[in-house]
Amino acid sequence: MRGIITVIGKDKVGIIGKICILLSDNNVNILDISQTILQEYLNMLMIVDLSTSKVEFNELSEKLEQCAKELNMEIKLQHEDIFDCMHRV
Amino acid sequence: MISHLEILETNKMIREENLDIRTVTMGIDLLDTISDDMDKLCTKIYDKIALSAENLVKVADDTASKYGIPIVNKRIAITPIALVAGATKASSYVPIAKMLDKVSEQIGVNFIGGFSALVDKGYNESARALINSIPEALSETERVCASVNVGSTRTGINMDVVKVLGNTIKETSKLTADRDSIGSAKFVVFCNAADDNPFMAGAFHGVGQNDVALHVGVSGPGVVKKALEQVKGQSFEAMCECIKRTSFKMTRAGQLVAAEVANTLGVPFGIIDLSLAPTPAIGDSIAEIIEEMGIEVTGAPGTTLAVAVLNDCVKKGGVMAASRVGGLSGAFIPVSEDHAMIKAAEIGALTLEKLEAMSCVCSVGLDMVAIPGDTTASTISGIIADEMVIGMINGKTTAVRIIPVHGKGVGESVEFGGLLGRAPIMAVNKYSCEGIISRGGRIPAPIHSFKN
Repeated sequence: MRGIITVIGKDKVGIIGKICILLSDNNVNILDISQTILQEYLNMLMIVDLSTSKVEFNELSEKLEQCAKELNMEIKLQHEDIFDCMHRV
Repeated sequence: MISHLEILETNKMIREENLDIRTVTMGIDLLDTISDDMDKLCTKIYDKIALSAENLVKVADDTASKYGIPIVNKRIAITPIALVAGATKASSYVPIAKMLDKVSEQIGVNFIGGFSALVDKGYNESARALINSIPEALSETERVCASVNVGSTRTGINMDVVKVLGNTIKETSKLTADRDSIGSAKFVVFCNAADDNPFMAGAFHGVGQNDVALHVGVSGPGVVKKALEQVKGQSFEAMCECIKRTSFKMTRAGQLVAAEVANTLGVPFGIIDLSLAPTPAIGDSIAEIIEEMGIEVTGAPGTTLAVAVLNDCVKKGGVMAASRVGGLSGAFIPVSEDHAMIKAAEIGALTLEKLEAMSCVCSVGLDMVAIPGDTTASTISGIIADEMVIGMINGKTTAVRIIPVHGKGVGESVEFGGLLGRAPIMAVNKYSCEGIISRGGRIPAPIHSFKN
């Protein structure tokens, strides 16, 4: 099971680091990562493997939300099926 | 592998264009709760709903969070109460409505539909008791929605009931006069009612279905509007293709969520309602789509064309994306729930007559239309009858949810709040139809040949 993490907000030091530590602590492997910065605003996408996660989907989602609050960013974890179903016949 | 652009497109639809699952509605059969004792009946209905829908809200919320797409409403549809309560021989079904309100509050759903009667062919004592109970039931409850199916293409129209319902609606408005006659906003009159419709106020769980089933309605007028901005000025073919593609994507999201919620609850998936339903929010409007298609203000000549093309393309795109389709399936045109339609009505571009024409080619009828409180009962029956024959002759569902606002007239408006929105009071043709409504009886079913 793969998840998509989107991160949006004003760029600052340590965003990727903080999120990566959180994922690593929960045994979630990052499969792909990309980012663009437009006028100081960061837009980052991560594709992660949730099959080895130590915690349930909802719990990981809540942890990321907590992390988002600390960073004052918007972070969202979604199951990849929502994208697959909408863009593949 | 999903591309980044596709991820961004989906999330833009959700974040900026109001793509959402408009409703997850659990249909619950109540025929096994029948009792000849009113108290026993109420207890059995309460228990069945409370047990069947115990986890509905939690599972829907968890699924919404898993896929990152909001599920706006969680609702219940039940077997029409007139079919369930007949054995009690009670003259009032208000106690049932109060119990339905209580159980809905307890399980956390915002509406429960099915305080209903099916009277397209005849009118038994139970249907009579239900219809007589509607004004009081809707004024004394918050979440209960009522509906009456008065006709169908196969059976014709029961004009005896249409005549009565003019009074029922007036009485309901009067009893809720202190809340801008909101009672009538929870009551729908149907022709060819859909028995698996997940949308309120007309949802009910028809006979011939599973004991419990899960139906889903998707919505995202803002997504269609934004997509149409990319084909501005292009041909009808380009416009149709654009709507179909967008509808496919939105419906797929609905199908995914429906399957997941049904599966987690251990309940059979029923149908997807291929719908575009507005909310009063800016960017969540059907009239904005019509205007993006090239109409200056909704109601202008060309509006019926625009809404017909929209409706047809939404279905064409959606049918391929869903495993089973049902309900009302089409673009809704509830005036009070669509900010651009409210504006069109306020400046006089959109009239009751134009709305009637639009309802010939889209879902579902005269919806959330406020009219002056002094409109006579027979005129309301006449408005209902006009809409019903459109459904009967054309083999489609039509509905009337009209609100004669007690104590208010043209030029004033009403504020229902929330999803029900705000309605300018629209003018009604002042000439009488008393003569034809007072005839009563039944309109025979139409002929299905010589279609002109």
